[in-house]
Amino acid sequence: RFSGKDFEIVIIDDGSPDGTQEVAEQLEKIYGPERILLRPRPRKLGLGTAYIHGMKHATGNFIIIMDADLSHHPKFIPEFIRKQKEGNFDIVSGTRYKGNGGVYGWDLKRKLISRGANFITQVLLRPGASDLTGSFRLYRKEVLQKLMEKCVSKGYVFQMEMIVRARQLGYTVGEVPISFVDRVYGESKLGGNEIVSFLKGLLTLFATT
Amino acid sequence: MTKLCQWLCGLALLGSAWAALALTPQGLRLPAPYREVLLLLPVYLLVAFGCYSLATVGYRLATFN
Repeated sequence: RFSGKDFEIVIIDDGSPDGTQEVAEQLEKIYGPERILLRPRPRKLGLGTAYIHGMKHATGNFIIIMDADLSHHPKFIPEFIRKQKEGNFDIVSGTRYKGNGGVYGWDLKRKLISRGANFITQVLLRPGASDLTGSFRLYRKEVLQKLMEKCVSKGYVFQMEMIVRARQLGYTVGEVPISFVDRVYGESKLGGNEIVSFLKGLLTLFATT
Repeated sequence: MTKLCQWLCGLALLGSAWAALALTPQGLRLPAPYREVLLLLPVYLLVAFGCYSLATVGYRLATFN
């Protein structure tokens, strides 16, 4: 906020039932519409289109994408900016698997699946980045626009495809260790269906990139 | 070249080298022990890779912050 950096926050809410919209409106009153850009959508339309929608309203040179429920903590943002300046990277990816990155709130099974899936991904795709399914990243605006044009998958695989395509196009990727805090309200969100579609997506990327 | 392509090329290369050395009837004067090992080499490598995978994932799981 008072870090001396010029920023704006674009909030895209797909009709969350938990009062997100009202809180966002209050924030807009406090900080002003130049800083807080509310761009809600009528219903749940998916992550990819949310990125595109957000980009249309973003006016900066860099875009940071993150979860808004504090599973991604804003305290890492200065780290991302610092890393980007350090190597003039096109993308800075938050990684849970290197340095003192990690997760909080996952049981052993979830961690095992995560590490196992990441291992398979590393062997098959050799992507040059340690965390492909994370979604806490900083992008140069033109880079994000270019990647959005090229990526076709959904869900976890979409995040992986972004990095893989970025490497293909010659963009540079830096990494910053981050902690992911999982808000576990009940049952695990990683069912058999997600695992199957992850593997299908991984094999598709393997065969097409 | 896609990753799949790279893998297939790599496997084709190694496969043909192995086949040339291990499956020629009397082409090469290799002593019997060497021939046995060579024939089983793919299986050895597969098992070694399996062990490496388990060890790596296990280690990373144990040191996962």
